[in-house]
Amino acid sequence: MILGSFELIGIFQWLQKLLESLGLPPVWQTVVAYLLLGVMMFALMSVVALFLVWWERKISAHIQQRFGPMRHGWHGWYQTIMDAIKLLQKEDIRVITRDKPVFFWAPVVCFVAAFLAYVCIPFGNGLIVADLNIGVLYIIAVTTFTIISLLMAGWGSNNKYALLGGIRSAAQVVSYEIPMVVSILVAVMFSGSLSMVEIVRSQEGHGIFNWLIFRPPFGLIAFVTYIIAATAEANRTPFDIPEAEQELVAGYNVEYSGMKFAMFFLAEFLNMFTVSAIATALFFGGGNGPFLPSWIWFLGKTMTIILLLMVIRWTMPRLRVDQLMAFAWKFLVPVTFANLIVAGWMKYAQWYW
Amino acid sequence: MSGLRTEEFLVNMGPHHPATHGVCRLLLTMDGERVLHIEPYIGYLHRSIEKICENRTYAQCIPILDRFEYITAMSCNYTFALAVEKLAGIVPPERAEYLRVIMLELNRISSHLLWYGSIALDLGAITPFLYGFRERELIMDLFEMTCGQRLTFNYIRVGGVSRDIPAEFVPKCREAIATITEKMSDYEGLLNENPIWMARLKGVGVLTSEMAIAYGVSGPSLRGSGVKYDLRKNDPYSIYDRFDFDIPTGQNGDSYDRYIVRLKEIKQSLKIITQALDGLPAGDFKAKVPGVFKPAAGEVYSRIENSRGELGVYVLSDGTTKPVRVKTRGGSYNQLQVLPEIGKGLLIADIVAIMASLDIIMPEVDR
Repeated sequence: MILGSFELIGIFQWLQKLLESLGLPPVWQTVVAYLLLGVMMFALMSVVALFLVWWERKISAHIQQRFGPMRHGWHGWYQTIMDAIKLLQKEDIRVITRDKPVFFWAPVVCFVAAFLAYVCIPFGNGLIVADLNIGVLYIIAVTTFTIISLLMAGWGSNNKYALLGGIRSAAQVVSYEIPMVVSILVAVMFSGSLSMVEIVRSQEGHGIFNWLIFRPPFGLIAFVTYIIAATAEANRTPFDIPEAEQELVAGYNVEYSGMKFAMFFLAEFLNMFTVSAIATALFFGGGNGPFLPSWIWFLGKTMTIILLLMVIRWTMPRLRVDQLMAFAWKFLVPVTFANLIVAGWMKYAQWYW
Repeated sequence: MSGLRTEEFLVNMGPHHPATHGVCRLLLTMDGERVLHIEPYIGYLHRSIEKICENRTYAQCIPILDRFEYITAMSCNYTFALAVEKLAGIVPPERAEYLRVIMLELNRISSHLLWYGSIALDLGAITPFLYGFRERELIMDLFEMTCGQRLTFNYIRVGGVSRDIPAEFVPKCREAIATITEKMSDYEGLLNENPIWMARLKGVGVLTSEMAIAYGVSGPSLRGSGVKYDLRKNDPYSIYDRFDFDIPTGQNGDSYDRYIVRLKEIKQSLKIITQALDGLPAGDFKAKVPGVFKPAAGEVYSRIENSRGELGVYVLSDGTTKPVRVKTRGGSYNQLQVLPEIGKGLLIADIVAIMASLDIIMPEVDR
């Protein structure tokens, strides 16, 4: 069903044409094109993650009146690459009492879940791997895999701190999934489609004023509630209790080292990019914008949202676990549902422009 | 769900844990996130300072006692010097007393700035940590300029101080005071009214005044519970009776009040330093103390108001060059005793907040 609904656009068609001109049989054209596309996405994601790590370090440094990495290249631009190489070379320390398969697969699941979401992110006009007709649902579904991986890491480590971290993250992500999805539903309702490309297309025209965020009041409310829930989803301060260093040392990843740790670490940054990219596509018109190419608009908007998340992280203290839950269930869930009802009514009554 | 068998589990928080400020081990009995029972295990940082002092001359004791509470080493220097001066009847010159007050208050500020950074860090705000350290650095520079050391000073000696301040100390000190005064508004603006900060600290770890007195809690933690007790006012030592300053107190005795009291104390210390710099007289910085120093036989207890509470040194002398017994008292020891009492039944994150707000450091507990 999902495979049948692949609408292949952009790079994929270009790749297929290229392979056709090389004289490959049609089946192999598709297979090789998919493989190449996968490799390209993987490379892109790695660059994104490495860049975000560097960027976060620079931003945190400047907020804290430091320089951050300065030695490797211009303003330390390849510091994170060196760090990744270091982590690759490090000894993979495995606890004897671990649950072997669970311990091994947890970082893999985490990384793959972060990777899968990129299939449906429209980086610009035609720059999407696969425009699924249920794109939004697909992204929500695969990013939720992250919870399983955190629980697996917590359980498999056979460490009390890790287990507490895993349980905390499961409780947190499940709670914040609801307001996040309900906020997304506002966008889905207005565009009348679950496809990411359709949602972006529905926000075209009128300069920037067709973006969902400029549809007061529900567009803005939906964005704010979404970004709060997304912060929790990406495990970032003030909602970073799963890995609260001062309480749980490092939470679920306390027993991981070397490349396994790096996979958790990179997945976290990829998740941050994913939630920001979804926010861009749903609330900020995706690649829509005057003058510049669509992918520049898309990346610019996404980076601005990431900047917001980073500034929040380096300013705020952390919430306590019960306060976090209370905030989700007693405040965020009612607000998002009320917002959904208002938005639905306004859509029905055509009370918007 | 009622048929599900659940059980408590033990978590070792420490000795190596980011939130225990040293090497404290808390054995937590937990029911999920809730802490049912706390048992502190101490002694991981025991260096037997008191015993070592028995084999040292009085002058040699001071650098050992630097390590007793290394965050405010000036206070440790001073308390011991005060005890020995009482014993030997030495009156330090006027200038020395002023220099001592300046150093003690600077050290109090540097200690509180360190604490400000660490409590913020313990509650997940990373940026204030570096802000606190940035201003602490100014004070460290002043200390380095004066005695060449940044942490263990060995500056305040029996009879005075080890050397006079350099010429550029006073302008640099005034500059540092101006900077810290200016940055204080940053600290307060960043956290004081922050809803998350207040949610984390308000009503958490309430220490009633009765309980605080019963456990012998002193210093800002006691004043946070509303008891207006400060040795600088209640039992004045040195020349503190000459300065005009207030004693900030809280009302509720929760972690937030302790936080506010400490921030206000920084301002009062700045006030004292300004007055001391204005009134700094010329003259000797050290009284004449014989090379082979033998105080009269007898015993003496001196106590001062440190940034973590009452810091006391008991010295027993038999008239020789070495003390027979040196006993130290630090505020953190009593504050650690309170922790199991007020932390019972709270969440693990609250234990971290309480421990940070009580400002417990382990060298003072373990000696």
